Amino acid sequence: MLKVEETQPVEFSPALKAKFAEISSRYPEGKQKSALLPILHEVQAELGWLSANAMDQVAAWLKIEPIEVYEVASFYSMYFLRPQGKYVLEVCRTGPCCLVGAEKVMAHIEHKLGVKENEVTADGLFSWRGVECLAACGFGPVLQIGPEYTFYENLDEQKVDTLLEELRKK
Amino acid sequence: MARKLLLEHINVPGINTLDVYRQKGGYRSVEKALKTLSPDDVVEEVKKSGLRGRGGAGFPTGMKWSFLAKPEGVARYLVCNADESEPGTFKDRYLMTHIPHALIEGMIVSSYALGAKTSYIYVRGEMMPQIRILEKAIAEAKNAGFLGKNILGSGYDLELYVQPGGGAYICGEETALLESLEGKRGNPRIKPPFPAIAGLYGCPTVVNNVESIAAVVPIINDGGEEYAKVGIGRSTGTKLISASGNLVRPGVYEIELGLPVEEFIYSDEYCGGIANGKRLKATVAGGSSVPVLPANLTLKLANGDPRLMSYESLSEGGFATGTMMGSGGFIAFDEDQCIVRNTWNFSRFYHHESCGQCSPCREGTGWMEKVLHRIEHGHGKMSDIDLLVDVSKKIEGNTICPLGDAAAWPVASAIRHFRDEFEWHVREPQKSQQTNYGIARYAEPIVSGLKQEN
Ligand SMILES: Cc1cc2nc3c(=O)[nH]c(=O)nc-3n(C[C@H](O)[C@H](O)[C@H](O)COP(=O)(O)O)c2cc1C
Ligand code: SF4
Ligand code: FES
Repeated sequence: MLKVEETQPVEFSPALKAKFAEISSRYPEGKQKSALLPILHEVQAELGWLSANAMDQVAAWLKIEPIEVYEVASFYSMYFLRPQGKYVLEVCRTGPCCLVGAEKVMAHIEHKLGVKENEVTADGLFSWRGVECLAACGFGPVLQIGPEYTFYENLDEQKVDTLLEELRKK
Repeated sequence: MARKLLLEHINVPGINTLDVYRQKGGYRSVEKALKTLSPDDVVEEVKKSGLRGRGGAGFPTGMKWSFLAKPEGVARYLVCNADESEPGTFKDRYLMTHIPHALIEGMIVSSYALGAKTSYIYVRGEMMPQIRILEKAIAEAKNAGFLGKNILGSGYDLELYVQPGGGAYICGEETALLESLEGKRGNPRIKPPFPAIAGLYGCPTVVNNVESIAAVVPIINDGGEEYAKVGIGRSTGTKLISASGNLVRPGVYEIELGLPVEEFIYSDEYCGGIANGKRLKATVAGGSSVPVLPANLTLKLANGDPRLMSYESLSEGGFATGTMMGSGGFIAFDEDQCIVRNTWNFSRFYHHESCGQCSPCREGTGWMEKVLHRIEHGHGKMSDIDLLVDVSKKIEGNTICPLGDAAAWPVASAIRHFRDEFEWHVREPQKSQQTNYGIARYAEPIVSGLKQEN
């Protein structure tokens, strides 16, 4: 469900708007709504999540109704409709990864971070969640971290510890 | 060594760059097609090759292309399906990561054949690194004159763009993909009309899988007849198999269609056997949507003949004793794995991914997940097992798109072949929480020749 959060007004930078324009030029005249998914990725990469204000701005830019943006943002699993940790650890929880230990890795992450799935750590650094097959099943267990979606493969508890330490130091 | 048509140069350093790719013969098919063949000639070669769609359904690619409507003055589109979200499948990511130009080259030749002036590669949004790789490869190709206006002086123009998805398995279904590419929710369309008549923006459109499009390159280079000599019967050519689960060497392998399943699992050229010296319990041979098979029926047909990695042999015996090639996602389960747990996991996946348009799929997948959850967690009733079969039957064939079937088949087949294990979960609720059922009894009699040699 779409939960509309109170947020600050959003103003897109000229650089971001230039990016929107470049994306929109990929489609035939009159079909600029096709730019919606890629534009939402750009906005989320910049803001960390999609607030109602941000979505309204996207609607205004694309000259479509806000509901057309909300219904898309709420359909697709990659768009965050509420604030997340700086690093969102998305662990594959689907069958093939479970055959090689994904459930253990998720339990370990929950234990190490001390927060449940979809919750943010007190320092605002991390949140985590289980996601469906990431097309890396032969190299599982695997997790990804946006917005560039870097992959971490063949995970075990130790590798998770090392990764968390590295991210904390960044 | 088996013939490699797609991954031959995968280990060449720098093969992801245009220069190295061209040194290895890359973009020859573009020159050949645009300079010496008409678009219809290209379609004809693909028909002769016998290539079947590598995205899951196995529909002959040349035939699909020949269905494309060509009304005057209306744009036509080629859209590459790089949504790759079927659990157990990771070949397209692999190909795009390591040899992106193989896909770009295939897209150019295929677009030329179909008369598309603008083509899109729809990549699942999580593959951001692959999107960057493709964008770079496209820029290189454009610089070298393989894309853009008047390609190689042929008069043919083509623009190629990469489109990210938003994270939704259903967008791999071709009409949901087109909806998504139009900036909408990924709800599959009711067919007909098929995309060949009314696809992207209502225009005639072909949707093809990454691997199908990459296979057009060797088909045009060597000729369709040469391609058809590789493989077995109507399963021509090579196929990328994504191997995962409890294998010594999981990964992506290019096989010649017709390879015995046993050789694929146990030989050192491929998966190298079951990990940690364990025994094989079951396989899902073509991605999570296809029926699960116990070890004995994986390796041999019901009549005792070896089962082969081909469209026909994998489906031999129908759903009673066979399965399907699907997308080539080969998942191996060792003796310690729990079939009930995996079936529940897959059900949860389909419930999560159902777009919600049709009630049998929306409600049925949720119901199956719930019932499987209680059986797996020791709260199941004996009648639940038949209930699952009943629900799966009511979904199958009663939905707008094949996701409903894809959700029903794994459940129905798991109960068909592993009913003992489901019953054991109900009878032994405590024990089933502590230990696994182990290997299925009918998996025992298999004596594998290859296994003994090793
Ligand atoms: C639920 C569902 C998911 C699918 N996912 C994919 C996918 O990720 N990649 C793909 O190529 N085809 C997928 N397909 C098959 C496509 O609908 C379509 O048949 C295919 O892209 C056609 O290409 P091909 O003829 O080259 O195989 C999926 C189908 C369904 C019903
Ligand atoms: S079968 Fe499921 S996924 Fe397909 S259209 Fe119906 S509800 Fe959507
Ligand atoms: S099941 Fe985890 S990546 Fe496919």
